[in-house]
Amino acid sequence: MFDKKELEKIKKEKDKWEKESYLETINKQPERKEKFENLSSNEIKNLYTPLDISNLNYIKDIGFPGDYPFLRGVYPSLHRGRIWTMRQFAGFGSAEETNQRYKYLLEHGETGLSVAFDYPTLYGYDTDHPMSRGEFGKCGVAVSSLEDMEILFKDIPIDKVTTSMTINGPAAIVWGFYIANAENRGISKEVIGGTIQNDILKEYIAQKSYIFPPEPSMRLIIDTFEYGTKYVPRWNTISISGYHIREAGSTAVQELAFTVGDGIEYVKWAIKRGLKVDDFAPRLSFFFNAHNDLFEEIAKYRAARRIWAKELKKIGAKNPRSLLMRFHTQTAGCSLTAQQPEINIVRVTIQALAAVIGGTQSLHTNSMDEALALPSEKAVRIALRTQQIIAEESGVIDTIDPLGGSYYIEWLTDEMEEQTYKYWDRVEKLGGVLSAIEKGFYQREIANSAYKYQKEIDDNKRTIVGVNNYQTDEPVDIPILKMDEKGEERQINRLKKLRKNRDNNKVKRSLSNLRKVAEGDENMIPYIIDCVHSYATLGETCQVLRDVFGEYDEIAIY
Amino acid sequence: MNDLTSKILNGDPRSIARLITLTENNDPQAPKIMKNIHPYTGKAHVIGITGVMGSGKSTLICELTREYRKQGKKVGIIAIDPTSPFSGGALLGDRVRMTDLAMDKGVFIRSMGTRGMLGGLASAVYDVVEILDASGKDIVMVETVGVGQAEVDVIKIADTTLVVVVPGLGDYIQTLKAGIMEIADIYVVNKADRPGMQQTVAEVQNLVDISCSDKDRKTPVFTTVAKENKGIKELVDEINKHILFLKKTKQFEDKRRLRYEAELVEIIRKRLMNLIFDEKKLEDTIERLLDQISRKEVDPYTAAEEILGKILK
Amino acid sequence: MERKIRVLVAKPGLDGHDRGAKIVARALRDAGMEVIYTGLHQTAEMIVEAAIQEDVDVLGLSLLSGAHMTLFVDVTRLLKKKGMNDVLVIGGGIIPKEDVPKLKKEGICGVFGPGTPCEEIVDFIKKNVKK
Repeated sequence: MFDKKELEKIKKEKDKWEKESYLETINKQPERKEKFENLSSNEIKNLYTPLDISNLNYIKDIGFPGDYPFLRGVYPSLHRGRIWTMRQFAGFGSAEETNQRYKYLLEHGETGLSVAFDYPTLYGYDTDHPMSRGEFGKCGVAVSSLEDMEILFKDIPIDKVTTSMTINGPAAIVWGFYIANAENRGISKEVIGGTIQNDILKEYIAQKSYIFPPEPSMRLIIDTFEYGTKYVPRWNTISISGYHIREAGSTAVQELAFTVGDGIEYVKWAIKRGLKVDDFAPRLSFFFNAHNDLFEEIAKYRAARRIWAKELKKIGAKNPRSLLMRFHTQTAGCSLTAQQPEINIVRVTIQALAAVIGGTQSLHTNSMDEALALPSEKAVRIALRTQQIIAEESGVIDTIDPLGGSYYIEWLTDEMEEQTYKYWDRVEKLGGVLSAIEKGFYQREIANSAYKYQKEIDDNKRTIVGVNNYQTDEPVDIPILKMDEKGEERQINRLKKLRKNRDNNKVKRSLSNLRKVAEGDENMIPYIIDCVHSYATLGETCQVLRDVFGEYDEIAIY
Repeated sequence: MNDLTSKILNGDPRSIARLITLTENNDPQAPKIMKNIHPYTGKAHVIGITGVMGSGKSTLICELTREYRKQGKKVGIIAIDPTSPFSGGALLGDRVRMTDLAMDKGVFIRSMGTRGMLGGLASAVYDVVEILDASGKDIVMVETVGVGQAEVDVIKIADTTLVVVVPGLGDYIQTLKAGIMEIADIYVVNKADRPGMQQTVAEVQNLVDISCSDKDRKTPVFTTVAKENKGIKELVDEINKHILFLKKTKQFEDKRRLRYEAELVEIIRKRLMNLIFDEKKLEDTIERLLDQISRKEVDPYTAAEEILGKILK
Repeated sequence: MERKIRVLVAKPGLDGHDRGAKIVARALRDAGMEVIYTGLHQTAEMIVEAAIQEDVDVLGLSLLSGAHMTLFVDVTRLLKKKGMNDVLVIGGGIIPKEDVPKLKKEGICGVFGPGTPCEEIVDFIKKNVKK
């Protein structure tokens, strides 16, 4: 990218600068740290120049947005054409309460919906299951049946707005609820758009809301790819996630390497099933974290796009839509502090900036009170406004990939890509992704990074404003979300009524059919949707699969 | 204290656990209760399980326990993990691998740190075996730290010692010709569904052929896939066969005698160390002697003789 | 002879967030304690049974799902029922300040929320451990 003679001149001048002006300055006043390291323990130099990226070829390595290798962005006009989707993750208590919150958010300008489910739902238990004790609605909305889904989306135009659902173990069933609800409302599954997270590999690695063992879980996921490709063409059947891996304590490089690695694994499994990569790959989507280090995060997104494009090309994908990596981003929950919660707004702003400049397709910004409770209305409104200010007032999206060509950013992008491949080598040597999971490789890496980070804070080597420095004794004074205390009782009664009033023969039949298919090797999705239409509950449907596939028990690595 | 004794003999978990803690901490209340329960010991079959990290020992123990439970036996499990020589703390990570057994009233699991003891065991383990034995456990499994050649003390306590390996260790088995690979009564190649299984079995078999050429029992090599419950019943049968073999050939009494010897040595060692270093009486003497040694006025042997002379009087 | 503080770190209920529990386990180990981690998805019965068999001095409950008022209290009540009155019970996770007094009444002696330095937990244990 640079003329050789010019580079030599630059090197000479840089050496002179380092030995003269720079040295003189730091002799008088040394730098604040002996070594500057970013969150992935990469050493960051004082200055980056063309010398650091001298081997880059603009056309081959950097390119143009919307063209291979998609480093600068996945669409030619990116946010100049369409602002990213403002999609706030939300859900608590009963379907009625959450339905109200969705209407509030849409009213205040969000452009996509995102459903947070409570723990029993995430694990495929109905609200009245003994394991659900105490957990109803606490960290998301409880959905035990198609009826709950109907209430959840009452009066919401799901033919016009897309919905992302954070659900993994029972994803296929919950997807079934959504599809069935749409169909019952006269909206064809050909037109509904949205995402199910449906990424079981990262559950084993980080989020831990798995149900079944790896093989049957992968089978279910590939079933959704197959079904979605044929019948629900506007749906992203997976959101391959790094968010949770990062939240569990990984570094940015680990988040990048493990997530994109998971993505490749899903592609391989789907191809093994006989699916054509160009049929399903365009509907694979990703989900990343946006943490505090602005530039590292931007480099991470860029590297992710380029790696994905390269790897899918290697695998044989020809459709350009297979090669472009679309992703949703959420600002880092683990960076929020319970101390001086208002200042979390500032953290979220920096993180949101990273995501937007990094080219995200959709964004959730955390609310300031989320280290204390689920977001209050006021807090979530501010979070939404944060996105709107960035979009309307900051000017950062008026050009595409504004940091492209920055010596630092291009160097860091390359560095993170290189380190990703190094991680993949290690995983290969361990026998591949599933084998590495079984051996606890990812979990150990994550636990080590998490511990290192905490130690740095405890040893005061890393400052977290308000926590180990700049503290205040002022009591925290912000409104905390209160949920409807009668919600759980209402839900349990609703379930009782449902089980009485539905056609229980139909339920029995559909569950029995599902069992037969689960024991065989046919695609399970149509049968799951039948169960859903008969008003079999989430727990009942999941139990059939639990019976056939068994449950997964992790061996904790710590 | 008699109350505690009778509760232990009745199998009350809280009392068992409390006595274990007392023995671990060398509490002065412990010896009396240990004396009370000793007449009730000797029935349990003690199985030692050792092997490198990652060989799946805990999962294997979990499955063996399940099989024993099916046969109506009560099981005690002692899971030993290394204590950090730097911090003195320990992450006792075996219990978490046996959560399936958590609610079985016929199973008692205790995690122990080595607390500075070398050899792969914890100092109080002899006591804990006796406590579990006296409380009615038919089987007591001792899972030890087994990394290399030094962690072989398990043979001092076990009637039957299992050494667990996994495929792919290859060269590692070669380097371990001495030590851990000599002590097995049964070899187990776990995770036998992994590549390289045949080779590993062959290597172990080779070792057996060499070392057992003059013995009256050839150490068998078993393969298992513990997490899928494969090979477990056969292994339990072999363990049961082994104790019958021991009893038939009088080796049982010899093994027990070795165990009691080790136990006796450990009790005496702890008492002596406690007398000398923990009680305050000799503190000044020891400090003075250490100063003198540092100033090269006295040598360590003379110093030791002085200390021992004081307590042996 | 040295006496070690034995700690059980437990995750009751369905909550899968184990980052904090694992970090605390390591920190306590580094402070010289013997630490047993229960793993995920523990019922009160499983936790208390482990606490009994391991004869722990300290029981640490970690929960980020909001279900603490039910699940922590289940544990402390069962401990009481089983006569385990000398176990120091502490809790951590996402626990609103207003719930802390209620938890303390039910037997949770200390609640350590986000941002708590590990040192603080170690000191609290050393100061308050019974026996």
